[in-house]
Amino acid sequence: MQYTLLILVLPLLSFILLGLMDSKWKPKVAGYIGTSVLSIITALSYTTAFMYFTTAKLEGVYQQITPFNIEWLRFTDFLHINLGILLDPISVMMLVVITTVSLMVHIYSLSYMKGEWGFQRYYAFLSLFTFSMLGLVVATNIFQMYIFWELVGVSSYLLIGFYYTKPEAVSAAKKAFIVTRFADLGFLIGILILSFYTKTFDFATLTSGDVSVFASTAGVSFLGISVMSWALGLIFIGGAGKSAMFPLHIWLPDAMEGPTPVSALIHAATMVVAGVFLVARLFPVYFFYAPEVLHGIAYVGAFTALYAAAIACVQTDIKRVLAFSTISQIGFMMVGLGVSGYGGHEGLGYMASMFHLFTHAMFKALLFLGAGSVIHSVHSNEMSNMGGLRKHMPITNITFLVACLAIAGIPPFSGFFSKDEILAATFEFSPWLGAAMSLIAGLTAFYMFRLYYNIFWGKEHKHEHTPHESPKVITGPLSFLAILTLFIGWIPFGKLVTSDRAEYIIHLDPMIATVSVLVSVIFIVLATYMYKKDSFVPARLATTFAGLHKAASHRFYMDEVYMFVTKKIVFKHISTPIAWFDRHVIDATMNGFANTTQWISVKTRSFQSGQLQQYAFVFLLGTLLITAIVIFS
Amino acid sequence: MGDLFINLFSGPVPIEAYLGVSLIMFFAGVYGFLSRKSLIMILISVELMINAADINFVVFNRYLYPGQLEGFFFALFTIAIAACETAVAIAIIINIYRNLSNVDVENLNEMKE
Repeated sequence: MQYTLLILVLPLLSFILLGLMDSKWKPKVAGYIGTSVLSIITALSYTTAFMYFTTAKLEGVYQQITPFNIEWLRFTDFLHINLGILLDPISVMMLVVITTVSLMVHIYSLSYMKGEWGFQRYYAFLSLFTFSMLGLVVATNIFQMYIFWELVGVSSYLLIGFYYTKPEAVSAAKKAFIVTRFADLGFLIGILILSFYTKTFDFATLTSGDVSVFASTAGVSFLGISVMSWALGLIFIGGAGKSAMFPLHIWLPDAMEGPTPVSALIHAATMVVAGVFLVARLFPVYFFYAPEVLHGIAYVGAFTALYAAAIACVQTDIKRVLAFSTISQIGFMMVGLGVSGYGGHEGLGYMASMFHLFTHAMFKALLFLGAGSVIHSVHSNEMSNMGGLRKHMPITNITFLVACLAIAGIPPFSGFFSKDEILAATFEFSPWLGAAMSLIAGLTAFYMFRLYYNIFWGKEHKHEHTPHESPKVITGPLSFLAILTLFIGWIPFGKLVTSDRAEYIIHLDPMIATVSVLVSVIFIVLATYMYKKDSFVPARLATTFAGLHKAASHRFYMDEVYMFVTKKIVFKHISTPIAWFDRHVIDATMNGFANTTQWISVKTRSFQSGQLQQYAFVFLLGTLLITAIVIFS
Repeated sequence: MGDLFINLFSGPVPIEAYLGVSLIMFFAGVYGFLSRKSLIMILISVELMINAADINFVVFNRYLYPGQLEGFFFALFTIAIAACETAVAIAIIINIYRNLSNVDVENLNEMKE
């Protein structure tokens, strides 16, 4: 399995090459280099997946293979940071997901970003991002994951702020980086607490089921909460920042300022699932040592899903709708993890969450790329500038419809299988939570079809030039992802990825399946009634529930709350005194050193004035001094 | 010191009287050297200092070594040397005057810093 190193190294080399490439070469060359490197590593990932899933089983349990584990920093005898590659069902699955979506985005961007200034820089940053994300998922220890976590944050900042001459893009990039960095503080403290007690960073050791690793945490608690709960809770905060859980979700809608392929890659399919991946990676630790944190994760995920779905129902910018949809779906994944148990049927939530991660990546990337295709021909993000586009953009229409059906959970599309399993797991945990999640799934269907009808059906908007179907380089990835969405639901995921890496056959519960499909169909019918043809119903509903509508379109004022806290509390009472101290005390000291030195130098310089009489005076004084010394000693 | 005052007004002149005179002359010369603006005045002060030193030589010769004459001869030499040195100094001052049109010592500060 040594070739897996190439999967990491090639994108890094591509980033360095494209970053330092001479601008005399045509920008197209950068696109071709990036895309060909990605095709190589996609092929390698598929090979790795095939080899892993067919050969790495031992008595029905998949083994964790570590082709590389190089010691990098050694702190003490047993605490060291390694760099390596860990192959595990979830990391292999993520390799496939990341490389596939990244390859689709690379191909798509050849046409979408054609002629853009900074084309080469774009592909360099895409390669950097791919490298960082791949390094994150194959990390052998939690510190390596943290390093790549930060790298992913940097790549995201660079890509969101790609149009850096636009102030909104710059502030969106800053916001994303600052919010995730702030959450990463919790992550780092959690890592430190965890490694202090367990004396190791290594995932294989932490999740091996060996009780002695955690022996020193027994009975230790701080403020009434056990130290493992603190550590794992703080680690989850880091994951919540990256995965845009409430209240750290504020950066994701603004991150839509970046180019649409970037939104597809980073903010739909790969980076935002890093938090889910983190919880899944440490899942045995969470389940056995901090189950209440796990339940907390479930409730946070559920609330986030509801919050985001409510806001998505009233957004008019199609990318914002998709952004909130992403937040909501990640909420689903967190709920799946939170309600899960460990092993066999108990671990259904875990398996469902990973399955949903897999299918969601595909259809959400498809949705974003389709939205990009629409934006490219209409030159606008707003729904009011679209309508009736199905006549002009047939392929985009069909692929977008496929993705909407998938996210709404209609069989035989992939979303049905994954979402249904999450709902099944949730119902087993708590019927109320299950009912809530089913309702949110219905809301998902509603706003997605609202989006679909507003773009492709309804009255046409007057355009300067009629929109036309996008070139094959754009519709190719769309079709490929649509085909994947049709078929990946049938993969027997329980044989591949489960909580204890043993096989598990999924049973489809007919009751829950029918209930979820029914709820989705009802909401789709409602959306069709309201949006397929022009009707008064949406406007009348907006005026009837005016307060709620206004609050939802302002994202329930979360941004205003953050601005208030930042400006009126942090800036005014914390930053301003510190800035005063810095300028008037520290700078004054430094300036004082300089001024004193200058004063001394002026005084010393005056000894050499060139004035004869001054020299003679100094002579005289010296002579008198020596005389005095001689006489009086 | 009481001795000194008694001998000052009756009896031979004490050595301290002559040394006092030469002391006052010398420090008058020092003061003049340090506080005059014109180079000529500085030259005059230097002459005053040399003459004060000469007086010291003669006085020591007369009171401490009465039979010998080296002190007197040295004083004669010194007067001659002082005259030569004054000639050289005047030459320098004339050159300075030719370059700067005045003989203020404050203008001669190109060796500063």
